[in-house]
Amino acid sequence: MYDLKALYEAESVEHAIRLRLEHPEAQIIAGGSDVLVQMREGKRAGKELISIYGIDAMRGVTIDEDENIRIGSLTSFSHITRDPIIQKYINVLGEAVDMVGGPQIRNIGTIGGNTCNGVTSADSASTLHAWEAIVELTGKNGVRRLPIGDFYIRAGQVDIRAEEGEIQTAILIPKASYENTFGYYIKYAMRNAMDIATLGCSVNVRLSPDKKTVARARIAYGVAGPVPMRAQSAEAVANGAEIGKEMIDRFGLAVLNDINPRDSWRASKAFRQHIAVEMAKRCLFESIKRAGGEI
Amino acid sequence: MSIVGKSEIRVDAFDKATGRTKYYEDRMPAGALYARIKHSEIAHGFVKSVDTSEAEKIKGVVKVLTCFDAPEIDFPTAGHPWSMDPGHQDVADRRLLNTHVRYYGDDVAVVIAEDEVSAVQGVRAIKVEYEALPFVLDVQKAMEDGAPQLHEGYPNNILKHTSVRKGDYAAAIREPGLKKVEGWYDTPTVQHCHIENHGCFAYEENGRITVVSSTQIPHIVCRVVGQALGRPWADVQVIKPYIGGGFGNKQDALYEPLCAWCSTQVGGRPVRIDCSREETFVSNRVRHAIRFHIVSWIRPDGSMAARKVDLYSNQGAYASHGHSIVAKAMGSFPQLYPCDNMECDAYTVYTNIPAAGAMRGYGMPQASFANDSNIEECAHAVGMDPVEYRNRYIMPLGFEDGFSKNVNYYDSHRECLEKGKELIGYDEKIREFAKDTGDIRRGIGCASFWYNTAVWPIALETSSNRMLLNLDGTVTMQCGETEIGQGADTAFAQMAAEAIGLKSYKDVRVVSCQDTDTTPTGLGAYASRQTYVAGFSIRQTAEILRNKIFAYAEKLTRQSVGNMDVRDGNVVRKNDVKVLISLSELAMTAQYNPADSEHITAESTFTIKNNAYSFGCTFAEVEVDIPMCKVTVKNIVNVHDCGNLINPALAEAQVHGGMSMAIGYGLSEQLLFDQKTGRPLNNNLLDYKLSTVMDHPDLEAAFVENPEPTSVFGTKALGEPPACSGAPAIRNAIYNATGVALHKLPMNPHNLFAAFTEAGLIHDSWQEG
Amino acid sequence: MAQYKLIHCTINGKEVEKMVDVRASLTDLLRNDFHLTSVKKGCEVGECGACNVLIDGEAFNSCIYLAAWADGKHIRTLESLTGPGGEISDIQQAFMEETAIQCGFCTPGFIMTAVEILETKKLYTRDELRKLLSGHLCRCTGYENILNAVEKTMKRRLGVPVE
Repeated sequence: MYDLKALYEAESVEHAIRLRLEHPEAQIIAGGSDVLVQMREGKRAGKELISIYGIDAMRGVTIDEDENIRIGSLTSFSHITRDPIIQKYINVLGEAVDMVGGPQIRNIGTIGGNTCNGVTSADSASTLHAWEAIVELTGKNGVRRLPIGDFYIRAGQVDIRAEEGEIQTAILIPKASYENTFGYYIKYAMRNAMDIATLGCSVNVRLSPDKKTVARARIAYGVAGPVPMRAQSAEAVANGAEIGKEMIDRFGLAVLNDINPRDSWRASKAFRQHIAVEMAKRCLFESIKRAGGEI
Repeated sequence: MSIVGKSEIRVDAFDKATGRTKYYEDRMPAGALYARIKHSEIAHGFVKSVDTSEAEKIKGVVKVLTCFDAPEIDFPTAGHPWSMDPGHQDVADRRLLNTHVRYYGDDVAVVIAEDEVSAVQGVRAIKVEYEALPFVLDVQKAMEDGAPQLHEGYPNNILKHTSVRKGDYAAAIREPGLKKVEGWYDTPTVQHCHIENHGCFAYEENGRITVVSSTQIPHIVCRVVGQALGRPWADVQVIKPYIGGGFGNKQDALYEPLCAWCSTQVGGRPVRIDCSREETFVSNRVRHAIRFHIVSWIRPDGSMAARKVDLYSNQGAYASHGHSIVAKAMGSFPQLYPCDNMECDAYTVYTNIPAAGAMRGYGMPQASFANDSNIEECAHAVGMDPVEYRNRYIMPLGFEDGFSKNVNYYDSHRECLEKGKELIGYDEKIREFAKDTGDIRRGIGCASFWYNTAVWPIALETSSNRMLLNLDGTVTMQCGETEIGQGADTAFAQMAAEAIGLKSYKDVRVVSCQDTDTTPTGLGAYASRQTYVAGFSIRQTAEILRNKIFAYAEKLTRQSVGNMDVRDGNVVRKNDVKVLISLSELAMTAQYNPADSEHITAESTFTIKNNAYSFGCTFAEVEVDIPMCKVTVKNIVNVHDCGNLINPALAEAQVHGGMSMAIGYGLSEQLLFDQKTGRPLNNNLLDYKLSTVMDHPDLEAAFVENPEPTSVFGTKALGEPPACSGAPAIRNAIYNATGVALHKLPMNPHNLFAAFTEAGLIHDSWQEG
Repeated sequence: MAQYKLIHCTINGKEVEKMVDVRASLTDLLRNDFHLTSVKKGCEVGECGACNVLIDGEAFNSCIYLAAWADGKHIRTLESLTGPGGEISDIQQAFMEETAIQCGFCTPGFIMTAVEILETKKLYTRDELRKLLSGHLCRCTGYENILNAVEKTMKRRLGVPVE
């Protein structure tokens, strides 16, 4: 039994917006694998919940008219991993969310919930940052889209305007970002399943036609700071650079200019910095290989 | 023997595979009230006041009880047999609720409510005012003068200090040419993590109190509840249904006394206490973190001239099993690698962390880590292959321990080491892995362990048994030894069928549920004792039953008792194996004979005055990714000499479970506390890293079956031994792979990062200055 | 004050309707209202897998699934695998024969995930099976015999030789 005050179940996006405006104090619940756990801990005890879990229109992966990959916010991790569009264009996202918790968590957990809770350790977040995802929010005044980097405000807080009745309805991966691009994700955790990331690193590259140089590289981290972040100094090292071991080493070291991990009981700053460099190198190496490059 | 020694399917397998097995919560009486506990939010201090007014206003809250309401009775909790000698009784330092709180999570008050949510809300609404005292978490800091004191009468927080002195250490170390191999070895606080949390419910009936509990030790809990409530022990009935694992945590009275008391405070209505996972980690028991300091003085040939071992055992806030654990750990040192000149000192010390109690291995996983790490370093110091070193210096054949009277009847250690070596391919691999020089290196290592079966002569060893001949010729059997998941009931059925002469183990109906009102008194599941000790009472009781069967059969068949046997469920004439009468016909006739009716039953108690060594080893093969600070166990083999196997499939399964626990102990498990507040940091299954199915390779269990001469069925301990030598074997494999000798568990990435950095294997240039 | 919702769903193949307290988890609903006590509580936060059930063919930890969400769903617990005459399925038989059961507390959850795996009718490698089963914690078996039971049943169903 959960200590919740009231449950409002939204049947559609419009209904959810209306409920949100009617109950401004209420907490949105998607799959609930975070919200219910926090409620049991006492953090959100006694709160009202607006469940959007039943809005099937917010599930599924499609390609929209602008050729963006559109992932409905309630799409579960396991459905993302199994989706043919994801597998074809951005398989690394499927691989990343396939490392969330365990199979049952991947069946209930949604990509919308994973991003809206604003935590830096979310396995989807670093990959979405590295692929320059766009977050779609729907409120009383219609749809608002913003780059995922701007969506995260601070730890645990994202740019969703409750007063507008907003809910996150989709995450888009622009064609410019996924076309001819190959990526790799490493989740560093203390166990091989049922764990949260000590550090997550997602890299993707587009190579020159001769596959000798990196045309464009993107790298993002989870848990390297209070919110997921790109490592743009490292990207600058790789962009336009000739593929080689030396470049990969420089790329790895460059992330230290960008990341800002902290000391906590979960891991020391020094340890996180150490593995951040190593993970950057390994992710870039694997991404280049996946893109057909040789090292 | 035909029934014993076979891989039979567990007697409880069908019910468990269909989900119909009833655990305590599945037997909950309708309308049971929920009791939830308000735990201390400071690590040490006095409760000044408890404001219950807001909690009492919550609809659904029936009663709030605080530490000021609880009886001022100190009681012990350890699952040890009662001792008639007050000097050997467990330390009584517990109260149902505490005004003097001694760890973050101590029990302050309890809310009893009609429903779960009201109880939880009630706990949240309680306001406690504390007078905070300084606290201490580290075992050696707690021993310093001026450290915060937890209990009166224990200066420097030392619960107990015992020693072993052998030969003349001080003189022996003056021998010329000795090498000193010295190290500190640190083991962490870990938890049992049985998947079913501890819970219980209690109610009053006919002026007595009944507690149904997830426990390993119903008869002992019965006594402790009586002690805690200040009531005659006979006023208490404890019922133990199936339980979802225990591993020693439930070898303690946990919340049964509080639950029973709560029921008495609400007019005897049923009250339930269901520990949450978070409470299980903190407010049940943990395994002692023991810190070791070992100084070995070895000769150029590797032989041990003298050895000094200091053991500091972190008891936490309450005595629970107390000194027995580190005492057992210390006891292994003079035996496993015998040395003529030894000085050992063991200290059990109170600190402000959760109370440590029994956990699978009872001090041996800790001792094995320290001992076999140091032994590995001794082998290195003289340039000897570590397996060869062990073969040379481990306990010899025929070794006899003066205290336990145990004898190493077979050369078990060497036989196990030899078998392990072959199974893992040690010789080829150690050569092959020596070539690895890159970022990723492979290594192989081993470790042995020492263990003994049951608790004689330290404490009473007894087993009682009752057998009833049923009308269909089967036998119902009751005993105080408990099924906690390990398969005890199946082993008992096999042994009883064998001892009586039944056709199949299925002809023995083991009453799995112990009820202290009706089950013959027994001590329960601990010390890997049950198969060993129950064997004695099973054979003895079976003999009594057989004699009664023969006596009645004599009346019916005119054949002499001396010429009778029971085979395949029939009474036969010994000389020609002619079937005289089936047991079912005999039972029916005896029961319904108007002139001479008898329900054929037998009951007896056996006092065991023996103990038995149970030895073995682990071989582990690892791959170490140095830059990533990660260890992957690629292969792991455990070899055990636990005597004859009663049920090989169950024995193998038992070993798998212990190995998995040992891998977690070695690589990932550790309960952490905030150094500034004493607050537990990771008391949940997400942040406490016990192994998942993806965290270890296939597990290989092998046996050397040397029949134990003191045992009825030739068996000895197997429950705990598999958890003992895994961590040091992995540690030694990492040492082999990287040349880095680790001194601290768990060997997780954090500790590897520190060790590899110190050893220069990792060099982060940017970290300098 | 209390809020209830009428739900219609099928539980183990049977259509049911029930007024549920919206505060209830699916674990609460199944255990308390339908006495399906194979659904076990080991952590109540989705970390152990003991309460796992199938909802529309997919495995979910029922402890962190609101009972109110069960409306319109097809829910299966371990009890569904036992036939009216007490006959059991091959996967249950395999758990028994492979000694994959010890204390039995994680068993129902594991078997239901195994059912989800087997119903995909795919042949998985042992490592893939490890990943598919990784949402369940077991402290007794070291997972070894559980893997064996699932792997053998999978192979038997697919007609692949079992070593």
